[in-house]
Amino acid sequence: MRIIVLVKQVPGTDSVKLDPITGVMVRTGKDTIINPLDENALAEAIRIKSTYPDVTITVVSMGPPSAMKAVKEAIAMGADDGVLVSGREFAGSDTIATAKVIAAGIKKTGTFDLILCGERATDGETGQTAAMIAHYLNVPAQTYVSALEILADGVIVKRTVESGFERVQVPFPVLVSVNKDISDTGFPTLSGKLRAKKVEVPMWANAELGFDKSELGLTGSPTRVVKIFSPKLSRDTIMVKANGTMKPIDQLMSFLVHKDVV
Amino acid sequence: MMSMYVNCSIAEAKNLADYKGVFILGEQRDGKIQAVTFELLTWGRGIADTLGCELSCVLLGDNIEKMDEVILRGADKVFFIQDPVFKNFLPQPYSNAITRLVNEEKPEIIISGATTTGRTVMPLVAAKTNTGLTADCTELTIDPETKLLLQTRPAIGGNIMATIKTPSSRPQMATVRPRSAKQSDIDTTRIGEIIVKKYQGPTIKTVEKFLEFIIDTTQAVSIEEADIIIAGGKGMKNAAGFKLVEELAELMGAAVGATRDAVELGWATYPHQVGLSGKTVSPKLIIALGIAGKIQFLAGMQTSDVIVAINKDPEAQIFKVADFGIVGDVFDVVPMLIEAVKQMKAKVKA
Repeated sequence: MRIIVLVKQVPGTDSVKLDPITGVMVRTGKDTIINPLDENALAEAIRIKSTYPDVTITVVSMGPPSAMKAVKEAIAMGADDGVLVSGREFAGSDTIATAKVIAAGIKKTGTFDLILCGERATDGETGQTAAMIAHYLNVPAQTYVSALEILADGVIVKRTVESGFERVQVPFPVLVSVNKDISDTGFPTLSGKLRAKKVEVPMWANAELGFDKSELGLTGSPTRVVKIFSPKLSRDTIMVKANGTMKPIDQLMSFLVHKDVV
Repeated sequence: MMSMYVNCSIAEAKNLADYKGVFILGEQRDGKIQAVTFELLTWGRGIADTLGCELSCVLLGDNIEKMDEVILRGADKVFFIQDPVFKNFLPQPYSNAITRLVNEEKPEIIISGATTTGRTVMPLVAAKTNTGLTADCTELTIDPETKLLLQTRPAIGGNIMATIKTPSSRPQMATVRPRSAKQSDIDTTRIGEIIVKKYQGPTIKTVEKFLEFIIDTTQAVSIEEADIIIAGGKGMKNAAGFKLVEELAELMGAAVGATRDAVELGWATYPHQVGLSGKTVSPKLIIALGIAGKIQFLAGMQTSDVIVAINKDPEAQIFKVADFGIVGDVFDVVPMLIEAVKQMKAKVKA
């Protein structure tokens, strides 16, 4: 069985601080990480591989050349090999244009049974690229999956939805986007790190994928960003100190009544 | 710079003027129309009135109760796509049937909820119709000059707002965050039409097999749909301490929210997690108990209407986004707050 894991490199959030005056997120470092939910997807692939030894795991990522670090890290954690789709011609792509390119990258790696990825990335937070990729590969998509059962010819997924869970059975090949409950994340191993050093990870640009230029980047994106602005986040905070009496509580209660929220 | 590019492949394929009217994608479970449908009617009616066009609600199901309510709440038409395969949500037949209806009816705009269903089926429909889709919008307006749909969404955890348009492909598609609009009211004088669509052939064929739905009783009120959320963090000290969060929530008819730490410590389950790796919420009121306010948490809740924080550290980041802060030990303050809420409820009853 061949599993593809999609990983996206995103800015790390530990070095991010909130500007106390404007409330805007300030990036204090240049650190990047694998999108946390993609790490859960990778961990699930590795868990499957530990049960079914004939499994191979290929990591596919799209991003700037520096995203090679994320692919190598995923290999160090237990993936067998990887590919980075990267090229200036892809810059400015919206989710549709991105999904087309990632799907072409996956196709070029060969046939597969299962694609796993996080249900969304912490930077764009659209959560819509995965289903679009499934469309361009002509395979079914199952989303928000918190548990996966491998059958001889497919999977049973448990989807976390509003007010409960749904169980759905789908044959291979299938794309599954996962949430955090799917698997605990792992760590790079020593042997994995050694392998990551040795494994050659190809970098594919459009020369390798062969799209018409009109399908790529901003030109190939149906959506346009009109403007970007900072919302007013800082609030006029009323601060009171607890003093063992009911007074601060009463103040809070009348504030809530005044705001019409209780 | 941006306007220099024209997307020929998309523009040539479709005559934009052929596309008219607004679609909203309603949702049902067990044949009951879900509340998000009525919120979408508020969005859709406003946009349709601005454009001077019809508003249609698309519903998929086997049997659906009270479909005329959708008309009384604002729709001019209901397209009911009926087949046993649509009893439960399955991405393949749902996206195929909606795409077929879109190709037949050619709506200018399609809006769905940013729910697990909407966020799954809308990308599929967008890809099938080769058009743009904007996720999780909190504001939708019509540009007075171009009549284009302006789709505004929070990005990077709500720290930046981006306004997006779909200039040269149709339909213009967006998912909107649940609770970002009120449910539309019933107007018993409204009239409209229910059109039943029965598709055959490949549209309703699927390899996906629905097995079962399991209700999560701990999500009596789900955090994305709740008016009030009581959230707890590491400051609740242990599972027994976290019970205070649940007690206050139950008393106020609120949903229980939790930080990533609280979920990882096993005090609450993942569907309750608020933040970057959990859910983004914007209730009318959120009360944060024993939560320091890491950026990952704030990103998931800072668009809430009213934010109250109780924490013993006066420097806690959570106070920076709060409307009302109490500096104090949650184990002193929360029991008093519970008493105060009980007294208020008793007064209301009397």
